[in-house]
Amino acid sequence: MIEVKEVTKIYKAKGNEIVGVKNVSLSIDKGEIFGIVGYSGAGKSSLLRCLNLLEKPTSGDILIDGVSITTLGKKELREERLKIGMIFQHFYLISAKTVFENIAFALKAAGKTKDEINRKTLELLKMVGLENQKDQYPSQLSGGQKQRVGIARALANDPKVLLCDEATSALDPNTTKSILSLLKTINKKLGITIVLITHEMEVVKEICHRMAVMQDGEIIESGDVYNIFANPKKELTKTFISSVIQMDLPEPLLKNRKGTVIKIQFKGAIAEEAVVSELFQNFKVKGNILHGKIEYIQETPLGIFIMELIGDETEVKRAIAYIESRIENLEVVKNVA
Amino acid sequence: MLDSIFNILPDLNKAFFETLYMVAISLGVSLIVGLPLGIILFITDKGLLFENALIKQTAGILVNLIRSVPFIILLVALLPLTQLITGTTIGPTAASVSLSVAAIPFFARLVETSLREIDKGVIEAAVAVGATPWMIIREVLLPEAKPGIVQAITVTAISLLGYSAMAGIVGGGGIGDFAIRFGYYRYDNTIMITTVVLLIVIVQLMQVIGDGVAKAVNKR
Repeated sequence: MIEVKEVTKIYKAKGNEIVGVKNVSLSIDKGEIFGIVGYSGAGKSSLLRCLNLLEKPTSGDILIDGVSITTLGKKELREERLKIGMIFQHFYLISAKTVFENIAFALKAAGKTKDEINRKTLELLKMVGLENQKDQYPSQLSGGQKQRVGIARALANDPKVLLCDEATSALDPNTTKSILSLLKTINKKLGITIVLITHEMEVVKEICHRMAVMQDGEIIESGDVYNIFANPKKELTKTFISSVIQMDLPEPLLKNRKGTVIKIQFKGAIAEEAVVSELFQNFKVKGNILHGKIEYIQETPLGIFIMELIGDETEVKRAIAYIESRIENLEVVKNVA
Repeated sequence: MLDSIFNILPDLNKAFFETLYMVAISLGVSLIVGLPLGIILFITDKGLLFENALIKQTAGILVNLIRSVPFIILLVALLPLTQLITGTTIGPTAASVSLSVAAIPFFARLVETSLREIDKGVIEAAVAVGATPWMIIREVLLPEAKPGIVQAITVTAISLLGYSAMAGIVGGGGIGDFAIRFGYYRYDNTIMITTVVLLIVIVQLMQVIGDGVAKAVNKR
């Protein structure tokens, strides 16, 4: 669907060269929600803006449905852009136009007739739940409502792709949730491929199927969201994940432990099995759960427990070996013995 | 004192309409020419729809050139052009030529400034939607800058009113000229004060109307 091939973007400012995107290759499938995470300045925004050529890559190529967009002429590019919707952190609505007119603008750009514009705009307003606000001006709307107008405008010409540039970063948590669920619905109902960039891991966890982590213009890690959450490889990825799955124990609590403190991570189906109860039946150890959590990522459970094992040293070792044989991820946080 | 005011009323009335005539013509011309020029100054800028350094600089230099010439000098220097366009070098119509030439770059710069205040993101969003440059100018730039452009028209009209006082040099007439000739040169304070008060009232009126319209069209 979207094929990014060795794209590099270099900015020239006052004789200095700043590398925005460094040799990025990426392939995004049809109908998936792909998230790109990174701190500001990591180049994720530049990369996203290359996808509809708001920024022209310095080198490399971008193919959308097999069409190389970097070689398109002005007119062809405009036509291609009709098929690529985009929403922004700060919405960027035309403040002098009503909600209706803002959405109609996109349809007018596609050369639709007045009747078509009318019908489609009303349909879009209904989809984003703003039928009653159609004659209001953007300044009269809340942030969430403005973003809904942005979404309606982006979807006006039935695009194949929707690009989201930090679309929820200016919104409060509740509004963020409602916008994300709207995006999810759009993705499911219309089958639109969504590419979003964000610095909020929560957003990725909530709606993305696959993700990539960017740092200094490069993609340092990418893959299935569940796998990355369960098995992050890079330090930065771990930092991002810990922002949504807080599993650190308070220092004083850890200090007073007498037994062996272990951290176990259950992935997928195993999380539903009775591994822990078997542990206590088969070995002479006592368990004391210090912290536990089950996160559902794409409806698949990811369980993380921090547990203290008290008992005879050899028995504890055998118990740990048993757990290791059943599940992949075990980490000894503090070993007193 | 009232008597002397009554005596000058016919002359003042004539002067008032001469002023109105000159300001209206030159304001009209500066809108028709200055608005596109202001848009050109903006859209040829770096990173915008029609980035073009050559046009941007040529237009910029031309605008600055005209704006740096004192109006009185411009008025006289343009006499050949005035002759060419109007067939005469005296009277309010003749004065309108120089007034227009002075007002066009002034208004164009004000238009450019109000366009510059539009959030670049809004323009970018329109580009991303696939809109043509012409659509972006008509449906994004102009509506978004409308309050600023209305203010620019107000400022230009008031400046033209001031400039038109110098139109007396070419026999243009008008209130300002009337004040200078009768009030200032003949030391007739009654006439001078009356005309100045009239000018103050006109300026206030223009400002109030301008502000009112600008506020009405502002949806931000």
